[in-house]
Amino acid sequence: MRPTRRDRVVEPSRFPLRDLLSEALAGVLQRPARSTLTGLGTVLGVGTFVAILGLTATTSSQIDSRFSVLSATEVSVEDVGGTRPELVPLAFPADADARIQRLNGVEAAGVYWPVSQASGTVRSAPVGRQAGGEQVSVVAASAGVLAAAEPHLAQGRTFDGWHDSTARRVAVIGAALASRLGITTLDTQPAVFLDNRPFTVIGIVDDVKRKPDLLLSVLVPRGTAAQLWGEPERDRAKMIISTRIGAAQQIAAEAPLALDPAHPEYFKPVPPPDPRTLRSNVTSDLNQLFLLLAGICLVIGAVGIANTTLVAVLERTGEIGLRRALGARGRHITGQFLSESASLGLIGGLVGTSLGVLTVLGVALAREWTPVVDPATVAAAPVIGLLTGLLAGVYPAWRAARIQPAEALRR
Amino acid sequence: MSEAPDAAGPATPVIEFRQVGLTYPGPPPVAALKPCDLAVAPGEYVTVIGPSGSGKSTFLNIAGLLDAPTTGHYLLDGIDTGTLPDADRTALRGRRIGFVFQSFHLLPHRSAAENVALAMLYTATRGRRAAAERHELARAALVRVGLGHRLDALPTRLSGGERQRVAIARALVGRPSLLLCDEPTGNLDTVTAESILALLDELHAQGLTVLLITHDPQVAARGRRTVAIRDGLLREEVVAA
Repeated sequence: MRPTRRDRVVEPSRFPLRDLLSEALAGVLQRPARSTLTGLGTVLGVGTFVAILGLTATTSSQIDSRFSVLSATEVSVEDVGGTRPELVPLAFPADADARIQRLNGVEAAGVYWPVSQASGTVRSAPVGRQAGGEQVSVVAASAGVLAAAEPHLAQGRTFDGWHDSTARRVAVIGAALASRLGITTLDTQPAVFLDNRPFTVIGIVDDVKRKPDLLLSVLVPRGTAAQLWGEPERDRAKMIISTRIGAAQQIAAEAPLALDPAHPEYFKPVPPPDPRTLRSNVTSDLNQLFLLLAGICLVIGAVGIANTTLVAVLERTGEIGLRRALGARGRHITGQFLSESASLGLIGGLVGTSLGVLTVLGVALAREWTPVVDPATVAAAPVIGLLTGLLAGVYPAWRAARIQPAEALRR
Repeated sequence: MSEAPDAAGPATPVIEFRQVGLTYPGPPPVAALKPCDLAVAPGEYVTVIGPSGSGKSTFLNIAGLLDAPTTGHYLLDGIDTGTLPDADRTALRGRRIGFVFQSFHLLPHRSAAENVALAMLYTATRGRRAAAERHELARAALVRVGLGHRLDALPTRLSGGERQRVAIARALVGRPSLLLCDEPTGNLDTVTAESILALLDELHAQGLTVLLITHDPQVAARGRRTVAIRDGLLREEVVAA
């Protein structure tokens, strides 16, 4: 009826979008079993895609949080002794623990260094079977070291500031070392001998959260070690600081000044690595492999849709002929079959997305992780399904449009 | 060129063949329909009879705009179809011709009313209420063929005669100029066939132009006029019932 079409002898056929979509949906819904089987490939492909991206995001954020709990809250400060280190064998002041402890954000801090005793061995008895001794490192540690390492004690206790300041001859040892030395109980008040001097073992540690090498050492109070063996010689002292989450970088900046305002250059703070760089390293290799798998699933899904749609086109030749007789143009037939396969892909994509998200939730729930799924993934997945269906429908739809109506109606 | 589709006077035939013929290109070339003349006036009931292989299908395809003749001019409602672009021929087919097939060609998963409404899918008017209007027209068409009580039945639950009535309703619903029936009783028993032929008589009596193609002389005899086709040659039968 438009003026430009006035010269037309007949108003052309139309196939409005509303009708196109309802025809496509009817085509999908009227054969539910077949549509389900056809869409399965897309469901699996898109589901794998979402699940893999979700699981990688979840696990990598999990790895990140492990880093942030353990190492992101740990700062170590090395004693470098400035430009002439031989003149300053120990830069840490005697009250180093307390100085750092006063900084906001610090939970515990302590100074330690390896002791070089003359004999180099540790014995648990002056004579007898254990008299040969064990090659074990001895570490001088202030009370704060044990607090920062967060030890789990099998027996006894750790030493504290009193043992340190009064130079008590006490030791804390690891559980494995204890059994090597034949120490099974603290009830008998056993002793270890360092350079033939007895040290009462007051605690056996079976695990630490930080500095696991402490488990293989004999720990003696810093003050005792300094009195007996002097200040560190070959290996210089270090400090370990445990901080609250997020405070590490700031503590690292403040520590040298807090320890010695006159000579902050004596100390070299080592802050934890930035968690963001860790995350990108962990995620990239896993992602690529698994996304390749999801892509293969999608290709299989597309081939499935293409195959079924092509079979449907051949089966529905009579219907195509009828529609052409009723005034449908070739492009209307193309449009119908394309939107049918696209709907199949979209529905498969939606179901797959839901299943993928549920998988991520299930795994996260079972492992007590925090599920992480990028909203962009959830938004993109059904679109991927739609595109898969659309692509798969191209050849069958083209074939459908080429079917001659006279030929098709003869059936 | 301004031809009036609904020109005044009885002069404009619904179908006019002017030396229409179709030859399939060789080798060797096959003359499926030899050049022939035919005119069907509005309101006529014409039957075309011929044995299988006589060129009936070719005639049907040309008359139904499913195939284009290689020679001559075919005028439908006075419109020369040979000069039309493909899209217009398709539209003309959808709007002016109602097909009734031997094998019904109903969509198995759609109700009777939905099958009838399908005929208006590509030719319907614009608008939000289009679907509701279509359903109403489909209902009216089904009532007209005596199936007002089976609107929502699936074709698989209908008898052969009922299925063909649905197909006739689908052909009628778009108000075509011509009802083109290809062996409409070929798949039906004699009693059912008779009821379908009676329905066609009734529709013809209401003024519809009917062109019926068959191999059965008894069916052909129902037409007011019969055209015989044999070996691709079309000629008027002398005697009509």
